[in-house]
Amino acid sequence: MKKTLRNNQLILSLIAVLASFFVAIIVMLLTRLNPLHFFVALIRTFSGYDILRGNFNPRYIGEFIQTSLPLILTGLSVGFAFRTGMFNIGAEGQVIMGSLGAVTVGILFDLPFYIHLPLAILAAAVFGALWAAIPGILKAKFGVHEVVVTIMLNYTALYFNAYILKLLPGSDNQKTVDIATSALLRSDFLRSITANSRMHWGFVVVIIAIIAFRFIIDRTTFGYELRAVGFNPSAAEYSGIKVQSRIVYAMIISGAFAGLAGAMLSLGTFDYGRVLYHFENYGFDGISVALLGGNTGLGILLSGVLFGILKSSQTMMQSLGIPLEIVNIVSGLIILFVAMQYGIQALLRRLSKRKEREDGSI
Amino acid sequence: MKPIVELKGITKRFPGIIANDSIDLTLEKGEVLALLGENGAGKSTLMSVLFGFYKPEAGEIFVRGKKVDITNPNVAYDLGIGMVHQHFQLIENFTVTENIILGDEPHKWSIVDMEVSRKRVRELSQTYGLNVDPDAKIENISVGMQQRVEILKVLYRDAEIIILDEPTAVLTPQEIDELMDILRNFVNEGKSVILITHKLKEIMAIADRVSVLRQGKMVGTVKVDETNEEELAELMVGRKVSFTTQKTPANPGEIVLDIDDLWVKDQRGLDIVRGLSLSIREGEILGLAGVDGNGQRELVEALTGLRPLEKGRIRFFNDEYHHISAEERTRMGIGHIPEDRQKRGLVLDFKLFENMILEKYDREPYSKKGILQFPAIRKKAEEMVETFDVRSGEGIDSVVRNMSGGNQQKAIVGREIDLEPRLMIASQPTRGLDVGAIEYIHSRLIELRDQGTAILLVSFELDEIFNLSDRIAVIHNGRIVGIRNPDQTDEMELGLLMSGSKEYSDEENVTK
Repeated sequence: MKKTLRNNQLILSLIAVLASFFVAIIVMLLTRLNPLHFFVALIRTFSGYDILRGNFNPRYIGEFIQTSLPLILTGLSVGFAFRTGMFNIGAEGQVIMGSLGAVTVGILFDLPFYIHLPLAILAAAVFGALWAAIPGILKAKFGVHEVVVTIMLNYTALYFNAYILKLLPGSDNQKTVDIATSALLRSDFLRSITANSRMHWGFVVVIIAIIAFRFIIDRTTFGYELRAVGFNPSAAEYSGIKVQSRIVYAMIISGAFAGLAGAMLSLGTFDYGRVLYHFENYGFDGISVALLGGNTGLGILLSGVLFGILKSSQTMMQSLGIPLEIVNIVSGLIILFVAMQYGIQALLRRLSKRKEREDGSI
Repeated sequence: MKPIVELKGITKRFPGIIANDSIDLTLEKGEVLALLGENGAGKSTLMSVLFGFYKPEAGEIFVRGKKVDITNPNVAYDLGIGMVHQHFQLIENFTVTENIILGDEPHKWSIVDMEVSRKRVRELSQTYGLNVDPDAKIENISVGMQQRVEILKVLYRDAEIIILDEPTAVLTPQEIDELMDILRNFVNEGKSVILITHKLKEIMAIADRVSVLRQGKMVGTVKVDETNEEELAELMVGRKVSFTTQKTPANPGEIVLDIDDLWVKDQRGLDIVRGLSLSIREGEILGLAGVDGNGQRELVEALTGLRPLEKGRIRFFNDEYHHISAEERTRMGIGHIPEDRQKRGLVLDFKLFENMILEKYDREPYSKKGILQFPAIRKKAEEMVETFDVRSGEGIDSVVRNMSGGNQQKAIVGREIDLEPRLMIASQPTRGLDVGAIEYIHSRLIELRDQGTAILLVSFELDEIFNLSDRIAVIHNGRIVGIRNPDQTDEMELGLLMSGSKEYSDEENVTK
């Protein structure tokens, strides 16, 4: 049963993905686009292999992995909050704050890399965590709904980030000075084997984060408390679990994951702090990643990779004549089909029943 | 005369079980037919088939002699079949009338005609003696009244055949009596009623015939005049059942819990426990009788750390408490069978083994240095499931939501007994359960008493109070108004005490 349940979630997610591809094909046919180009671009993005020309370029692999890393982390962030019964829409702002923390430590300190890099990553996690603690505390103490607070804090983070970054020495209106190399995740080795992609060491952080997610949720007494609160706060209270404090801790950990995503961006992908004037949607995409991944560590890894592929395939799609809106349509449809999972489940049951009847097994 | 409803050979399967196995059932016009069976016997499934929620794999349905194909509830309504569900489907901040007409509103030029609607509701209410205020908001009326609104919804749609699913589970004894009168009015008006229940008393009081289901099979239909409770129970469970629990006289020891002048506020911040004093000794069961809403819930919550104490003193053995936390409660040795097992007692989406350690998950050997020790947890859960006869599809890996109510309750009772409590607070421990499960839980509680545990039993069922209690305390308006020995009182005296009659009260200072 345990197995079938898990497989069930996997099957549902796969159906959602396939169904959305199918609808996208119809949309492309209706708009006189060539759906083959869509798949050519997808395959090239994750395998590096160009079916049309028959050549191989590992740069694409490095790029999609690099794009997936922050998405997996924001997926973990949203998923962790979900498991405790909360909807963290604020991963967006927590990513920005995490990035700010990493940039600040990266620029202001001058330390050997084995201290500087971990410190910068830690700062990202702490900034994200503290930012998420605010809605956690407000919910625990005053019952303010976390969705309202996190949405507002997204904007606060956006402008706070711009303000602070411009205060840092050497910043202009677009970006800060380059972060000290001792604090960067960049790797000449990884870049060289992926034909100069922006691939960086951040994948190690992501792997550790996934393991930590699974360990905390499934193996610790703390995770047991969080899940109990998530499923049924009244029963959690009855059993003696301190529901309010668990809410705050869950948000803090959720925010730390999102903060790490910020580190991926500023220490890995860009090497400098960016003054943002609009959202980049890493946090919002994290909601999709968590939903498709069924809020489990492994599921989030897989769905994060998928969304990473979609996101990083956009430029190539455009060069093949597929507008990037198609990719947005696919991402949107995936979530639509995940949300329809009860309907899909009912459909599956009916199909399997019909099959059983045909087999004469009942 | 042709029966108004006839089911022939209805078979409905779910994965792994046959919920209805070739069932025949007839309902005559103008009768009350009781559908009796334990939880999970297939009663609700059968009625859902009749009401168009489920499509049976085999079988035929005839209504007024005509073969029909009921594909959804609307078809059922068109045939004059209405169902009152166990869980109400009402909109809290709509009025009674608005709820009743929803989906079938009388209108004039596309505008809902509230005058006509209210008149219709008032008429129906009067005809059947329902006594419902058409303008009251649902959130402001009692559970019993809400049920009547559900009944009115069915009547408003001109149902001739009325199915009631466990209607008395949520009602007080007085409300049950009133419901029985309403059902009699139905029959007088020529309507036919199917009553799904597992309460034998009600069947004897109201039904004409009883059809008994056991494990998905129809085991027999009998006339109520020609049977008795014992026979019905045997038909239902498949073995002899004893109604009066066997127990020896209590052997009370020292005082375990001593409550003095306790005050507790309710959800709205009003005093609801108002200067209550009570004490319980080792090895005795103290039954707390009372009408719902007289402070029982808040008293229990205060004693189990779910609600703050406003004023007063609680002495537990030699320690005095002015505050109890839920965590402290288990460490003090207080077991708690909560009144709402699905809300408080269980995390329904957890597996059974996770639920079995709900209060112990952070103690050795179940947890070491913050890490759950699954082998130890599973072993303990297996042991408890075995000891307390908790049955489920996939053993300790069953998701509790998929277990029957009786087994959910057995799991809670087992878990709380396993705490080896010095005081057990059992709140409605057998609410909504069938005779087999009730018998089992009663005997476990008596066993616990005989081991020296003090038990506070809170129940709205006077039968249960009389059956188990060594002393009976009656609560009214947040105070204890009388303590009686079960041998020296009767339902009438308790009923008067419960309703606040001063003649019988022991209190000198009853509020004037």
